[in-house]
Amino acid sequence: MTAPQDPSQDDAHGKAEQTVGSPKGPGQDPSEDVLRAGHPVTPVSAGVGEPSTDHDRSDSAKTANETGNLGGAPLAPSPGAVTAPAHEPRAGSDMFGATFGGDTSGFGGLVRQQPAALSSPRPYGGWFDETVDALQEAYPGFGEAITRVIVDRGELTLHVLPGRVAEVCQVLRDSQNHRFELLSSVSGVDYIDQPDRFHVVYHLTSMTYRRRIRLETAVPLDNAHVASVTRVYPTADFHERETWDMFGIVFDGHPGLTRILMPDDWQGHPQRKDYPLGGVPVEYKGAQIPPPDERRAYA
Amino acid sequence: MTTTSGSERVGGPVEPAEPADVYAAGERETTEGKIYTVTGGDWDQLLADSEGDQRMVVNLGPQHPSTHGVLRLVIELEGETVTQARTVIGYLHTGIEKNLEYRNWVQGVTFVTRMDYLSPIFQETAYCLAVEKLLGVEVPERATVIRVLTMELTRISSHLVGLATGGMELGALTAMTNGFRERELVLDVLELITGLRMNHAYVRPGGVAQDLPPGTEDRVRELVATLRERFGAIDDLLTGQPIWQKRLQGVAHLDLQGCIALGVTGPMLRSAGLAWDLRKVEPYCGYETYDFEVPTEDTADGWGRFRVRVREMHESLKIIEQAIDRLQPGPVMVEDTKIAWPAQLSIGSDGMGQSLEHVKRIMGTSMEALIHHFKLVTEGFRVPAGQVYVAIESPRGELGMHVVSDGGTRPFRVHVRDPSFVNLQSVPATCEGGLLSDTIAAVATIDPVMGGVDR
Repeated sequence: MTAPQDPSQDDAHGKAEQTVGSPKGPGQDPSEDVLRAGHPVTPVSAGVGEPSTDHDRSDSAKTANETGNLGGAPLAPSPGAVTAPAHEPRAGSDMFGATFGGDTSGFGGLVRQQPAALSSPRPYGGWFDETVDALQEAYPGFGEAITRVIVDRGELTLHVLPGRVAEVCQVLRDSQNHRFELLSSVSGVDYIDQPDRFHVVYHLTSMTYRRRIRLETAVPLDNAHVASVTRVYPTADFHERETWDMFGIVFDGHPGLTRILMPDDWQGHPQRKDYPLGGVPVEYKGAQIPPPDERRAYA
Repeated sequence: MTTTSGSERVGGPVEPAEPADVYAAGERETTEGKIYTVTGGDWDQLLADSEGDQRMVVNLGPQHPSTHGVLRLVIELEGETVTQARTVIGYLHTGIEKNLEYRNWVQGVTFVTRMDYLSPIFQETAYCLAVEKLLGVEVPERATVIRVLTMELTRISSHLVGLATGGMELGALTAMTNGFRERELVLDVLELITGLRMNHAYVRPGGVAQDLPPGTEDRVRELVATLRERFGAIDDLLTGQPIWQKRLQGVAHLDLQGCIALGVTGPMLRSAGLAWDLRKVEPYCGYETYDFEVPTEDTADGWGRFRVRVREMHESLKIIEQAIDRLQPGPVMVEDTKIAWPAQLSIGSDGMGQSLEHVKRIMGTSMEALIHHFKLVTEGFRVPAGQVYVAIESPRGELGMHVVSDGGTRPFRVHVRDPSFVNLQSVPATCEGGLLSDTIAAVATIDPVMGGVDR
């Protein structure tokens, strides 16, 4: 949603059909458009193209007014669904996305809680408060380094500034009240709609207390640098090499940041959302099935 | 290791005329671009090269019967002592994580099952537990018991292959034939349950794909009895055997601190003395209600890992028996028709197909059911936005699934923390300073599966 969409995709649909390399907008099928028009998508800020079809016009104009953007100016990237500002619960559509009539299941009446974008309110519950308090005590830079504390689905996530990850890990590993001895996993996530699109996610395990915690940090495309944690956790070596390989995130201080899964001379970073999956169409019983990334996506 | 300039050599690379580097491949220009010709050299010429310098770099793999799959080891040798060992991986990279982002949540199962191809049920279960945690659904009791049953069967078959290939790499070919023979017995039962020997795609978000076929309980009990007896042969053949002991004892030592620093989990960690088994310390699938031990050793070497694996198989048999005893009739998929796969498959006259009753219902009486069938199969269900990390104890250690959803019908991102991938980092620590032959033993006892390493 950072760039203006294909003109065939009006804004209300841009969100739904945000698939890399998908040449087909949903507007191809009129009946589908009728179904989807008026879908209460959370404010979408895709570049507002000309309304493509008549029955869509009112809808897209409305959305454009709401978001205060007219005339197809490219907008600031909106938070993606994952981090939509969310304390207010959102009335959901039914489980399949139908929004008017039709739904006799009652699911349309459900109110869904969006995941939190701001810090979760205290108390977090369980051992989370204790752990966060102890970190605040043990780590003087807590105030500026930890930007958000999120509790979701029984998991604790600390959002950390990219340059401070190693420090925070050091404290979490060594302080008596934490003892996160094991770095289980490092992975990247590409939230392509956000300004800081690359998130690096660390899963730490405390074998002493049998607890898990997640650290998350976000960096933009043009300055994708994160402090390496290999000095604190030697196991991060392969993990960070993989994340570099797949996302192009540079881990400052890593002893040998080279590709690990892709060949050394590979161009590009395959797990980025704007890197196409590739594939060839296949024939099945006389019908041509397009490659996976060109198949229709229902979002 | 470059040649001195001006030395006249015979039998070097074909072209060009005077290569600066004896290892450089010959090259020539063609209309298609530059073509490299890699040829062998003479051994004495290679040795002449390293005269006065006993160090030699050897590439072991990626096509080598002793490296446990397409693992490439770059080893620097001084005499027969390994001074440096580096692993090169990626030869089996198939982009499974990327592919998952283009399929719906249920289809994801068929991909993750192909990662660590020796323990497919574990990836399936971990993935499904993660999806279920995102959905916030609870799986019926019977489905959970079936998951435990199939997981423990898979653990046995995986350890058997670990022993078999490990034995083969150390020259114990009977260990290999026996191991694969026993494994096939287990796979037969898994085939009975899931329909496939490997790559089952049996565990699905919300439960399992199919109920157990009639007669499974008896088959499993028979299998347990057979395996109990056959496991004795492992002790007869290997445990008491002096050669096997000497090949493993004191070899590939990695102590507890080293294991934790390098993120090593599973039998390797337990062989260093820490009883860290996620089935006990972070129980999932009701493992806390089963009666079993976590075997540990304190030798921290290849021998300890071998012993841990053998004893774990005995413990798995115990769990399987308990699981069989606990099977109660009931559903194997969540009741929620917005998630549950709509049909039970049954074998039709063409050897495959839907259950006729189901087809009759959706075509004849219930339009809602037809719509649900269509929507679930074509676009799949939506999963609320958020991220979770679920870890389970696979035969090789902590298998973690970091699953992110943006609220759509496809995973936004799935990252798999594969234990083989992480454990392979211990190769330099366990091999350097030892003999070349011990490197083979070290890799064998780490027991990496390259399908999981490279994903």
